[in-house]
Amino acid sequence: MTKEEKYKLAKWAVQYAIENGANEAKAGVYESQSSSIEVREKKIDKLEQSAQSALRISLYVNNKYSVHSTNRLNNKVELERLIKEAITGTRFLAEDEYRTLPEADLYFDGDYKDLKNFDSDFLAIDPQEKIDIAFNAEKEVLGKDDRIISVTASYYDGMSSSVMVCSNGFEGDTANTYYGVNVMVSVKGGDARPESYWNESSIYFKDLKTKGIGEIALKRGLDKIGQSKIESNEMPMIVENRVVGQSLSPLISALSGSAIQQKNSFLIDKIGEKIGSDILTIVDDPFIVSGYGSKMFDGEGLNLKKRSIIENGILKSYYIDTYYAKKLNMSPTSGATSNIIFKPGTKDLKEMVSALDRGILVTGFNGGNTNGTTGDFSYGIEGFLIEDGKIVKPVSEMNITGNIIDLYMNLVEAGNDVYDKSPWRLPSLRFNNVDFSGL
Amino acid sequence: MDRRKFIKTGTVAAAGSMVLPSFLHAYDNIKISGDMNSYLDHFGVSTEVIRKVIAEGMSKGGHYADLFFEHKISNSISLEDGKVNKAYSNVDFGVGIRVLKGDQTGFAYSETVDTVSMINAARMAANIADSPRDFKQGDVTEKLPANYYKISRKWESVSVEDRIPFVQKINDKIFSLDEKVSKVKASLSDESGYILFYNSEGLLSYDYRPMVSLRVVCTMQKGDQIENSYSARSFRTGFEWLNEDVMDELAKEAIDKTNILFDATKPKAGEMPVVLGAGGSGILLHEAIGHTFEADFNRKGTSIFSDKMGKKVAESFINIIDDGTLEYNRGSINIDDEGNEVKKTYLVKDGILNSYIHDRISAKHYGVDPTGNGRRQSFRHIPLPRMRATYMENGPHSREELFENVEYGVYVDNFSNGQVNIGAGDFTFFVKSGYLIEKGKLTDPIKDINIIGNGPQALADISMAANDYKTDEGTWTCGKNGQSVPVSLGLPSVLVKKLTVGGTS
Repeated sequence: MTKEEKYKLAKWAVQYAIENGANEAKAGVYESQSSSIEVREKKIDKLEQSAQSALRISLYVNNKYSVHSTNRLNNKVELERLIKEAITGTRFLAEDEYRTLPEADLYFDGDYKDLKNFDSDFLAIDPQEKIDIAFNAEKEVLGKDDRIISVTASYYDGMSSSVMVCSNGFEGDTANTYYGVNVMVSVKGGDARPESYWNESSIYFKDLKTKGIGEIALKRGLDKIGQSKIESNEMPMIVENRVVGQSLSPLISALSGSAIQQKNSFLIDKIGEKIGSDILTIVDDPFIVSGYGSKMFDGEGLNLKKRSIIENGILKSYYIDTYYAKKLNMSPTSGATSNIIFKPGTKDLKEMVSALDRGILVTGFNGGNTNGTTGDFSYGIEGFLIEDGKIVKPVSEMNITGNIIDLYMNLVEAGNDVYDKSPWRLPSLRFNNVDFSGL
Repeated sequence: MDRRKFIKTGTVAAAGSMVLPSFLHAYDNIKISGDMNSYLDHFGVSTEVIRKVIAEGMSKGGHYADLFFEHKISNSISLEDGKVNKAYSNVDFGVGIRVLKGDQTGFAYSETVDTVSMINAARMAANIADSPRDFKQGDVTEKLPANYYKISRKWESVSVEDRIPFVQKINDKIFSLDEKVSKVKASLSDESGYILFYNSEGLLSYDYRPMVSLRVVCTMQKGDQIENSYSARSFRTGFEWLNEDVMDELAKEAIDKTNILFDATKPKAGEMPVVLGAGGSGILLHEAIGHTFEADFNRKGTSIFSDKMGKKVAESFINIIDDGTLEYNRGSINIDDEGNEVKKTYLVKDGILNSYIHDRISAKHYGVDPTGNGRRQSFRHIPLPRMRATYMENGPHSREELFENVEYGVYVDNFSNGQVNIGAGDFTFFVKSGYLIEKGKLTDPIKDINIIGNGPQALADISMAANDYKTDEGTWTCGKNGQSVPVSLGLPSVLVKKLTVGGTS
């Protein structure tokens, strides 16, 4: 579908809903396509191609609310029936005075900036070139070490686009592309067969880094041979940039309007309070050029802006959508994150490790969870024991346990090694006094 | 209503392009049942059309091809702040087309089932092979699926109005049980899936897959302390399953699970004996061995169990099963997602590794029969070997015997999630609540700890198994390679000699 065809369908759906009894409606039309090539043992192991589309409509019927979606876009009769029956069903729900579309003056005003997150050459790339990328990534690793059990290399790409229309005046559209290369290496060491992967990605095909991925994946896999647990201890922890998100996400989840309103957050009534050390400074910036989380408006159509979330450890803002803003008697911000930027420090990871007398560098998490209501967490980890500033052995089969606020109060350093191929742009972090459980 | 009867109702009739009568007449000689014809009609295809699509898939020399048609209708209503004030629905429709050549897979799907779109998708999938040869398509053979989820009232015939009272009731019941309750969230979700399957071996089959899930989150406040907990039930069954007893059971369970948290603390960190309580502790099997027994990992050599087939991996009284045949169970399927018969498979028998979990690719690779574990999230995804209901049979001990010899350890029976690293074999599960064991007795409650162990070691370390088997009937969902499928698990109480417990050092 073209953008115009998507708008036509979305507007038709909104109009049809209004004509059949809805007071207000919102419709979105979404489309995406992707492909992937996975190679193993010098053969294509998996070749996948996909294309999908959907219509999603939100209905507001006498203060009652429902959401419906379908991928049957080519069947008008079925769409009509779906909308009519949905309106009928909505009438049985309980009234909820807070269920409304956003106020029209809060909507994005149509002033698009070029965020450079769409590659117009997406459809012009030669499929053979994609296949070659995957095979070349595999070739970097094959035969390089006797301990290799299995190598899987893959190339993947995708394009998505959407339009959204609200009956009280919003219209907006998005388009995004992505490309990536991933290598997974499994190695043998004793009984265990540790595996490791490395990945590169980009928004534009010409920017995609395709070399060196297999080499790094292999090195990281071999570094894991001999993993074991050490004695339980309280000690410093460095979390590597690519996996820092795991330790940050409980904090971000606790900032959601629904968690606050439903009393399921450990950050209730904490705006203006210190919830972490001075190192903890986070900004949400939707407008970074070629940012992986960049956008002009959120899922409700709200106009976005750069916002301070946490500044020097002090909580500044929640993520509140229209519905929970009304319930909480607050102004909406946005219910969704965009690009999360963690203020970096001055040292790279090597320097952070060198400065550690004794501690653990965490390079991966294995399960675990956080109690969103209390902030208590417990996660499985793997990584490396550091002594006198040097990595001495790989560790695994251990847990870290504590409380998220205590953890971030003990945040003592952020690295300068921000990983920016993700909507969350995070550096490596060092925390003191972390409870590790092992022997 | 007999489940086998396919009844068109207003809400599900697919008004796709209908097959011309002359097509059907041309193939009068194909003997297929009325039920089978109903599924073909539902998807708007004929045997002639699907044979053409398969022929296109096989045109470049693949050894096998299949078509997986799916029409899934999902509904959910939810309650927040005392009112059923939100409803969702989704309709998902399409066909996944897969071509195999040895261990290699080509895959594409189409969201419309017109002949041109399907032929195009088949051509794309066919590219996994590159040595065209004549494909001689055999006769169409109808395979009648099993009947593990008999249903008397289909979800499509249930209105929003019919569903609402059950969600409201569970909220009201929870509030009535304890004055500390401050918030309740509840939801009722249901799903109806229609499946049509055809492959290059001429196998033609179908399935109707219902699912209902009832979930509740209870939040309680005592002074300034807030705790919450979650309870759920999920079955392949119809509306008839909902009743007052289910509401009462779930409400009481949510209250009990939340109340225990107010006095709970953290245990000491470290290695210690763990008694896993019957039921949800089946997550140990799912994470510690289930994933690592999935044969795609083993045939690539990446699983820690890759070289352990036929070897002793546990005590002789240990029998572990992956089962797709349990009636109404969340993990059951009448036919798997690549047309294979569904079985009850002993993964470990008398302590010996007896079988991996197979799909079509791995079964061919190993020269064994498929176990009926070829599963997929939807028609948009390729099938993979996946667990169904994974459980251990009763052991020779009593529950009380498990505690007697534990000087210091933990008892756990309430979990939220787990994970495993396939190659290293390290698995974890998160304990929402449990108890300390001190000098052979349950003492203080504990909460929010991750337990981590190594699969082969933990399996070998199960030193006692009780005779109190229980299936956990919650909304367990298994993730692998970006795909989610519904599963189930169960366990009698077991004693594991040592696992590493998160806590304070």
